[in-house]
Amino acid sequence: MTKIVSKWLLGLAVLCFCGGALKAQDLSGNEDQGYITGNVQVTMQTYNADSLIGAVVPPGKTGFNAFGNLIYTKGDFSAGLRYESYLNPLLGFPGRFHGTGIGYRFARYKKGQFDVTIGNFYEQFGSGMLLRAYEERNLGIDNALDGFRLIWRPVDGLVVKGLYGKQRMDFDSRLINGPGIVRAVDAELDVNTLIASLHDSKTRITLGGSFVSRFQAGSTLSVDTLVLEVPQNVGAWGYRANLQHKGFQANLEYVTKINDPNADNTYTYRRGEGVLIGAGWSTKGFGVTFSGKAVDNMSFRSDRNLLLFDLPINYIPAITKLHSYNLAATLYPYATVIQGEVGGSAEVFYTLKRGSKLGGKYGTKIAAQWATAFSLDTTNLTGVEGAVYGYERNSWKPGSELYIRDVNIEISRKISNKWKMKYTYFHFDFNTLATPVTTAYKGIVRANVHVAEVAWRIKPKHSLRTEFQVLTTGIDDDGSKQDRGDWATVLAEYTVSPHWFFSFQDQYNYNTAEGESGLHYIYGSIGHIEGSNRIAVGYGKRREGIFCIGGVCRAVPASNGFELTFTSSF
Amino acid sequence: MKHLTSPFVLCLLLSTMALFSADLHGQAIPDVQIKDMESRAVSTAQHISEAQGPVLICFWATWCSPCKRELNAYADYYREWQELFGLELIAVSVDDPRSVSRVQPYVNSVGWDYSIWLDPNGEFKRAMQVINVPHTFLVDPATSEVIWQHNSYTDGDEDEVYEQLVILAGEND
Repeated sequence: MTKIVSKWLLGLAVLCFCGGALKAQDLSGNEDQGYITGNVQVTMQTYNADSLIGAVVPPGKTGFNAFGNLIYTKGDFSAGLRYESYLNPLLGFPGRFHGTGIGYRFARYKKGQFDVTIGNFYEQFGSGMLLRAYEERNLGIDNALDGFRLIWRPVDGLVVKGLYGKQRMDFDSRLINGPGIVRAVDAELDVNTLIASLHDSKTRITLGGSFVSRFQAGSTLSVDTLVLEVPQNVGAWGYRANLQHKGFQANLEYVTKINDPNADNTYTYRRGEGVLIGAGWSTKGFGVTFSGKAVDNMSFRSDRNLLLFDLPINYIPAITKLHSYNLAATLYPYATVIQGEVGGSAEVFYTLKRGSKLGGKYGTKIAAQWATAFSLDTTNLTGVEGAVYGYERNSWKPGSELYIRDVNIEISRKISNKWKMKYTYFHFDFNTLATPVTTAYKGIVRANVHVAEVAWRIKPKHSLRTEFQVLTTGIDDDGSKQDRGDWATVLAEYTVSPHWFFSFQDQYNYNTAEGESGLHYIYGSIGHIEGSNRIAVGYGKRREGIFCIGGVCRAVPASNGFELTFTSSF
Repeated sequence: MKHLTSPFVLCLLLSTMALFSADLHGQAIPDVQIKDMESRAVSTAQHISEAQGPVLICFWATWCSPCKRELNAYADYYREWQELFGLELIAVSVDDPRSVSRVQPYVNSVGWDYSIWLDPNGEFKRAMQVINVPHTFLVDPATSEVIWQHNSYTDGDEDEVYEQLVILAGEND
């Protein structure tokens, strides 16, 4: 009975919201009546069987994902919802997403020092190593919190956040939350804003601290000869500091978590720890940045029994950067080894001056990065200790196992008003045992990628952009090619600004380990853009691969068919 | 839940119909608290409302090639647009914790003179209904409302921005 009443109360609240919104529109022109904004994204794909590339046809023959957001805002009040449809979900999306309905709804009110949200919300503390609720809609990733959040700004420069909620786990014609309860508090202090005498200081300091706790019912675990209690309340906390002085910046974040036996750490009782350090300096024409990261057993979920993308409370950023060229981005994309790793990176940006001998008439931009990550330096424990704690960490030094080495350099130059060119080189040493992006090779793949990009402005508003990409893998001692051999991609994109684009891509897989004849993946598309509306249709083959956005990756199967996408916002 | 879904769907449809049938004023800038590149807190709506001239808000990321092409293209014209129209360009980075530390060195190395805001968890992006980057908004200083927006970037789109700035300058004269 209570459930039914609460549903109707919620329905009533939504009706009031919509009624208010309608009234607001009727009275448009009066700023006090509020306004509505929204967006829509629709993707429909057909599937043809193609045994050459391993494309299969799902039972429904087509996939259809869509969502629409509406937000009504009136002064300090806002409320919104997202309607979602998976009829059936596109291949590569979580297969358990089904049906059509409301997947997100919230109301928010800000007044004076207080900012209150009920319903769904996204949140991030610091770099997210303790808590990050976020969405990557195109990957089907959404761990939004559902509950209550209070943000309090008692004085200028101090922000205190407190929240209680459950996390979104699934969608079956409605939002389905996971079993755990997340409780968290965070405080961030902007020292320069708080202390009047430091307002205009060129040195800026920000300090922060967080505590996050998860409750999930549990009983006992049998470990070796022991019967151990599962901690139902798991606490994690951390501190962070950020310093800026003119072009110099430095940041430090430390997090830790009490014992949390879970599927990621094979139900051992180790504590978790993580450190993130960054420093950089930049001035006009030059920038350099260094970062280091060490994490040990910091997987933190609101359901201890889940893995991969399900119900993460925190987010551990990868040390490598996200690449945008197709072959470099999708064949060997690195994601943090969540059980533990130590890594570092350095990156340099430099612009050769306009008019100089090397810089040319318009200047030349150069960027180079080195990034690497290793296993932890650990010793496996034995006997009962081993069963309970797994291993002990000897130091924060890198362990013996290389996870990734990514070296890349990019040189771009505007030749004239009509021509621009860019060359990029990547080298990867990629451990497919640590990050299993392929089933065709187990070990360290050595890959080199060369990309040449040429943009030609044919006449005002008409442009042609082409990419030529080659990826070659190493040869093992037995003379065989690593992984799935070599790849080449040719892309041509003709655009008529601001409304039309036409693109053609051929991706070719050759020199395969099995010595098979080469495979072409040809895909063409055409699209129209009108302001914030964009519609595109495409047809062709797409290889299986890893599709990444913002540091999170999902495996997408091979497909052959027609795709329609539409996005719009208002 | 089916009982609940029907009024939701109805509301959604009615609201959308009302939206398109009404004589709308432009989209206002939602008030979100984010930070600029120097870690100073920024109130988005307040900043826009205090602008003296038109504001171009460009959502971008260091990993987004078309975004960087767009902002590099605007950089060639930015001084001229500032002098002619009093334009302020705000480049809102949606780089997440993985890449947000790359923003400042990248921006300084390429010499952009834009205001840079950081939106690492996409709060301002969601509030502005941005689905994909790049997404660009032009804000009228007289009303602090969006009068033009464009999703994606192709070479030559800067001409469209210039045309919109000319139209806006004509309307506000």
